Amino acid sequence: MPIHHDNSPPPQAQTGAPSILVRELNYRYPDGFHALRGLSVAIAPGERVGLVGPNGAGKSTFMLHLNGLLSGEGEIRIAGLPLSKEKLPEVRALVGMVFQNPDDQLFSPTVFDDVAFGPLHMGYGEEEVRQRVAEALAAVGMADFAERMPYHLSVGQKKRVSLATVLAMGPELLVLDEPSAGLDPRGRRQLIELLDGMALTMLVSTHDMRLVDELFPRILVMDAGQIVYDGETSAVLNDDAFLRAHGLEKP
Amino acid sequence: MEALLDRFISVDSPIHCLDLRVKLLATVGFIVGNAAAGWRMAGLCAAAAAIDAVDQRIRAVAGFGALKRSFIALPFMLAGFSVVFATPGREIAQWTPLGLDLRVTDAGVVRFISIMLRTWLSVQMAILLTATTDFPALTHALRHLKVPAVLVSIIAFMYRYLFVLVEEAQRLLRARASRSAVLPGQKGGGGLLWRAKVAGNMGGQLLVRSMARADRVYMAMQARGYRGELLTMTRHTMQRRDWQAAALMLLLLAAVQLVGRV
Repeated sequence: MPIHHDNSPPPQAQTGAPSILVRELNYRYPDGFHALRGLSVAIAPGERVGLVGPNGAGKSTFMLHLNGLLSGEGEIRIAGLPLSKEKLPEVRALVGMVFQNPDDQLFSPTVFDDVAFGPLHMGYGEEEVRQRVAEALAAVGMADFAERMPYHLSVGQKKRVSLATVLAMGPELLVLDEPSAGLDPRGRRQLIELLDGMALTMLVSTHDMRLVDELFPRILVMDAGQIVYDGETSAVLNDDAFLRAHGLEKP
Repeated sequence: MEALLDRFISVDSPIHCLDLRVKLLATVGFIVGNAAAGWRMAGLCAAAAAIDAVDQRIRAVAGFGALKRSFIALPFMLAGFSVVFATPGREIAQWTPLGLDLRVTDAGVVRFISIMLRTWLSVQMAILLTATTDFPALTHALRHLKVPAVLVSIIAFMYRYLFVLVEEAQRLLRARASRSAVLPGQKGGGGLLWRAKVAGNMGGQLLVRSMARADRVYMAMQARGYRGELLTMTRHTMQRRDWQAAALMLLLLAAVQLVGRV
């Protein structure tokens, strides 16, 4: 296939700006369901934040806004860049979004093609793309799988490759939807160690409270389209009544 | 499922090394020529010998699998069985099942055998192509040959998600089977209409789930900067041996066409 490069410079995050800044975000689905109700939050560079809440709380809807895949009313800034139509390609390069089901994330014929997808669309040259793919696959321990077809991999391997697909883009922040879902204990442990070793801003939606306890000092609890708690993880995990009220459990 | 779809055989052969455009064009050229030409038996035998000569090593590795895949053409072959009775010629047998008067003609038999052979030969060529070229390379070849990007993307996605769809269908079937209980002394399974309705609902479920998945895959692509075309770095350049092979293929195809008409 021909190679197309737009040769635009890589996106630059504004230094000092929060990785995520959201003010008064509202979103209604076309059927009228009010999924996000005046949501506001700021996440500093390098922060690791867990996003929890019952099903239907609006976690996924919120995360899809961070990449411009949904657009509600309100203000969103990613690393200082406003989430506007003009800035969308730049913002998407900064936000590494990994979906819950790796079969949705991995759509290319080979692992290499999938990991190269993002950098190619960002306009990097061939050498740069190859290097990024190699580094990203090495970072998730999948360097030997580049020529494999994604559907031949186990769920754990697919999850790691999914992570590599966004790491290759050199994102400012990682947004992960249920990264530990469907993993066996070993796969889950490997994922935790992998995420723990990454020096990136992270927003991770999960029902896995042990994962939250281990990895995220800060937690956002969502319920009915609102953030009902934003603070230290340890504090909320010791509040049985609060957890029960919002459909959560102690790890 | 993988055994059925994954036909690439990883061995080191001269055909494996050929440029994928040469292989694809030779296959399509052969199949089109085979379907369009009114070959006689000599031509068919020549074509069979030509394929057999290049195919031996691959089949040695593929073994029974390649033979099994050849039967994929069987329903199409049997569809042509009516020519045995419909072609005018000298009557060689008569058959009267269920009061029908069916007369087998010599020309009809020859024509049916010709159809069977031609179908089988085309399938052999396709098997040879897929055994020596992996699927990603095939899609790259299509793009090199200027097949529209959207069409190639659709083919690539169909292949990628066929496995996922089959798994989805299997899950639905398992769910149905696990609740298809029958009490002792009772007639289970419901009426034909009810069963048809259940099967229809399952088909609908599969469609809805596929559409939902398509939406999610599209979002995953957009999230990584997709702007309408699948990009790849796979570059292919025609080497000297590829040009030689292309010329040889062309000569072979022409020769088979000529011999076929003798």
